[in-house]
Amino acid sequence: MQLVADHLQKKFGAITAVAGVSFAARPGEVLGLLGPNGAGKSTTISMLAGLTKPDSGSVTIDGVTLGTGADPTKRRLGLVTQEIALLEELPARMNLEFFGGLYGLAGHALAARIAAVLELTSLADRAGDPPNEFSGGMRRRLNIACALLHEPQILLLDEPTVGVDPQSRNAIFETIEVLAGEGRTLIYTTHYMEEVERLCDRIVIIDHGKVLADDTLAGLLASAPVANKLTLTYDLPPDGAALAEITGLPGVIQVDLAGTALSVSATDLGTAAPRVLERLAARGFSCQELTSRRSNLEDVFLALTGRTLRDT
Amino acid sequence: MSPTLTAFKALVRKDIALFVRDRRALVVSVLTPIVVAAFFGFLFGGTGSGGNPISRMAVGITDLDDTALTQAVIESLTQDESLAIQVVPEDQARQLVKSGKLRAAIVFPAGFETAATGALVGLGQMPDIKLSYDPSQTMVRPMVAGLLTQHVMQRISRPNFIGSSKPAPFNLVNTAVTTGPRYNSYAHSFAGISIQFILFMGIDAGVTLLLMRQEGMWRRLRAAPLPRAVLLGSRVAGTTLISMMILAVVYLAACLIFGVRIAGSVPGFVMVAIAFSLLAATTGLMISALGRSVGATRGVAMFSVLILVMLGGAWVPSFLFPEWLQQVTEFVPTRWAVDGLDAMTWRGLPLQSAFMPTAILVGWSVLFAAIAVWRFNWEDD
Repeated sequence: MQLVADHLQKKFGAITAVAGVSFAARPGEVLGLLGPNGAGKSTTISMLAGLTKPDSGSVTIDGVTLGTGADPTKRRLGLVTQEIALLEELPARMNLEFFGGLYGLAGHALAARIAAVLELTSLADRAGDPPNEFSGGMRRRLNIACALLHEPQILLLDEPTVGVDPQSRNAIFETIEVLAGEGRTLIYTTHYMEEVERLCDRIVIIDHGKVLADDTLAGLLASAPVANKLTLTYDLPPDGAALAEITGLPGVIQVDLAGTALSVSATDLGTAAPRVLERLAARGFSCQELTSRRSNLEDVFLALTGRTLRDT
Repeated sequence: MSPTLTAFKALVRKDIALFVRDRRALVVSVLTPIVVAAFFGFLFGGTGSGGNPISRMAVGITDLDDTALTQAVIESLTQDESLAIQVVPEDQARQLVKSGKLRAAIVFPAGFETAATGALVGLGQMPDIKLSYDPSQTMVRPMVAGLLTQHVMQRISRPNFIGSSKPAPFNLVNTAVTTGPRYNSYAHSFAGISIQFILFMGIDAGVTLLLMRQEGMWRRLRAAPLPRAVLLGSRVAGTTLISMMILAVVYLAACLIFGVRIAGSVPGFVMVAIAFSLLAATTGLMISALGRSVGATRGVAMFSVLILVMLGGAWVPSFLFPEWLQQVTEFVPTRWAVDGLDAMTWRGLPLQSAFMPTAILVGWSVLFAAIAVWRFNWEDD
């Protein structure tokens, strides 16, 4: 199923939380909504889930406009909330019975779905225990399982890995990959660029309630004015003539010097690194240390907003 | 079964499961009203079967006349089961009243017998009996004055004091009037205290909804394709059922341990119980709609419930209130809940007597539910 957000706008008093957000998520695709805290991701998710009515714009699922309240179109959606919304004192199985019941599931159909989601989230052996006896990662997995009982074709995951250990995070990633492999549409919000880089087929970058970019990872890296970075530390600071020569090399975008540390931004590290080392060695400068870093979403975000994701 | 009905049942079942699962809260919800009601019931007279002696009023007497009449009156007062008489000097008597150790002090002046018997047949002036009383005990003065008049008149009217006169021309026969069994003060205290604690439970249900908002559960419920009526109605249904469960267990204990009887109409009792449980549930719903922060909401709600319970006559029977306050309390739903349960238990009244309390409780419930629906913030999570 395809979900389309069309010019969504939402204000809370004088504050504009979402200002004309548009994108489309296709079946089998994991769409990442990336942005810092307060960017408008959760409000957008609320509108996508039919919890909050947009001031203007619309959400459609396969062409059918999504409403709030008892709109039956909501049956096609599953929401994994940012908060772990579970009945902490009741066993995991009773939690699943409850959330399945909310979507009208009962009897054998409910039992079969509970078995399936417990298997998918690797919680079958802990079904009789209450979540307040679970680890953070297990509680997160149960939180996801509760949203899958009614077999939604579109899954909205609002920061589903907050506060979990790396092992549990990987388990959650595997679950998400399985769901995407089944042809479901997944919309995944986070402010962790590493998660987006690993999981998402397409990335929508949001800040101040607006879409700044909407592309694949490769497309974003290619289109944004960002570069790979080479950092070299010399015994003596290279002189002005050396810097001028390095700056003029093919593929070098920018050169900065801080003390004895030389920072070189280049479109292709494989080509630029040997040339820089060779020219400076010829001028008698001895390289003490060399590091390189490939450009990433953080750089894209920095280029688009002038800020880093973690600064905000 | 329709998906909506399945969802409604799941929501109600969840509320009951959470209540039953929390064993400590469950025991407190049931045991506390039983213990407190038992205490109040004991204080106000117990089962009325003589097991709990009546508290006597301590009254001092100073006899400056020291005649056959005054001695006879003192003897008569001493035998009165309402009084604990101490014969003491006048100064000491006043001091004991001041210090709160005596409720009142009576002084028979010198020459009392002569003056009183003369005045009774129209000769001479009436003598003065001094009555000192503790001003903090407003009911004491008229009670002591009444008892004193009764005992003096009974003694002075005997032939040996005024010759041909006859004894008082009547005997007072006391009969406790109810259509039910002997009055059991536990019946009233269980009604009042149950109502108080079930309203507290209603507040907890409301505050829980606020917590659900804070913890994201409410978002998750709203993500399901359910009408608002199901989301709010299931809260009311769940809380109503839990209230009825508490009432049933508390009254079972009242009947088995404290001899309370539903001497009136059992269907009437059930009607009042359901109507009151509905009131507790809608009170909680209204609180969740009006409240913002959990702490402040709980504090304000607890205060309001205590006022409602107090005005409803749950602690002290409402007939002890000033008349204007009694009229005011007719607009207080808890008054009707207490009166309704009293009517169906120790008063032993018929089914028709449950109609008015039930109707008024349901009316208040509808009002509270309407306010909750009107003020409920659906979007602010």
